[in-house]
Amino acid sequence: MRARIIVTPKKAVLDPQGKTVQNALEHMGYSGITAVHVGKYLEIELSGTDKEAARRQLDAAAHKFLSNPVIEDYRLEIE
Amino acid sequence: MNFAVVQFPASNCDQDAIHAVRVLGHSARYVWHKDNALGVADAVIVPGGFSYGDYLRCGAIARFSPVMQAVKQFAENGGLVLGICNGFQVLTEAGLLPGALVRNRDLEFHCEHIHLKTLAADTPFTNRIPAGKLLRIPIAHGEGCYFADDETLALLKAGNRILWQYCDANGEPTDASNPNGSLLSIAGICNESRNVAGLMPHPERASEPVLGSADGRLIFESLIYAMQHPQAAKAA
Repeated sequence: MRARIIVTPKKAVLDPQGKTVQNALEHMGYSGITAVHVGKYLEIELSGTDKEAARRQLDAAAHKFLSNPVIEDYRLEIE
Repeated sequence: MNFAVVQFPASNCDQDAIHAVRVLGHSARYVWHKDNALGVADAVIVPGGFSYGDYLRCGAIARFSPVMQAVKQFAENGGLVLGICNGFQVLTEAGLLPGALVRNRDLEFHCEHIHLKTLAADTPFTNRIPAGKLLRIPIAHGEGCYFADDETLALLKAGNRILWQYCDANGEPTDASNPNGSLLSIAGICNESRNVAGLMPHPERASEPVLGSADGRLIFESLIYAMQHPQAAKAA
């Protein structure tokens, strides 16, 4: 199994990196971009086949360690 | 007094912290990150650096090291803990202090002397700082922008737990004197029980006149005073 965890800054947190990337895109002539948020992407490989058990385990890990709930949101996908 | 200075892989202000304590005539020793116990310690310093390479998030991995479980226990028993720079980041990640430190608003690493205003004198970290005295102390960080939600900020304010703010030479916490975009110009805070504090600036790098400023010494002297006069510190 493979899991993907996408960590993004919370909307209330200043994201200067996202803003800088957005400005650069505008400079390059890409139009219609209203916001950019720069986060992290983790790809996790797992043994076993129980998706629900893996989800429970990774959800706990993402909350406790892989993201910081004070400043970040995360999305977990398992396939 | 005995200071324990925690050493993580890639701590780099640990020696400075030890030196700052020793020049004041007190003892300090390292405690390795894999150690489960602190040994004999009156206070703990979690020093600056880039613990575990700052991988994932600053302080995120250090927080789960064996020594941090001992530091947590020490803090829960009322022991004095000071986190400096990366140490502040580690303490927020560990949940010993609220909020988080994120990328500086201009995305640049700031290495410069700043002015600090002390807002609360009734703590073990500030009791020796004369009223109205601005501290001239260096900062050196890329991720020192203090963030907390509105509710937490209100609690910090109401509890008189914002210990230091960035300010200009007149003591005004202006936007221009805020080096990293910290909310409320917060440079350092303490926990509710006032025995755990963290700050982004480096008092250990400003503890002797030869370093250009000895203002940081006041923070170490405050800690020492608090330990030598536990009752006075409580009454203050």
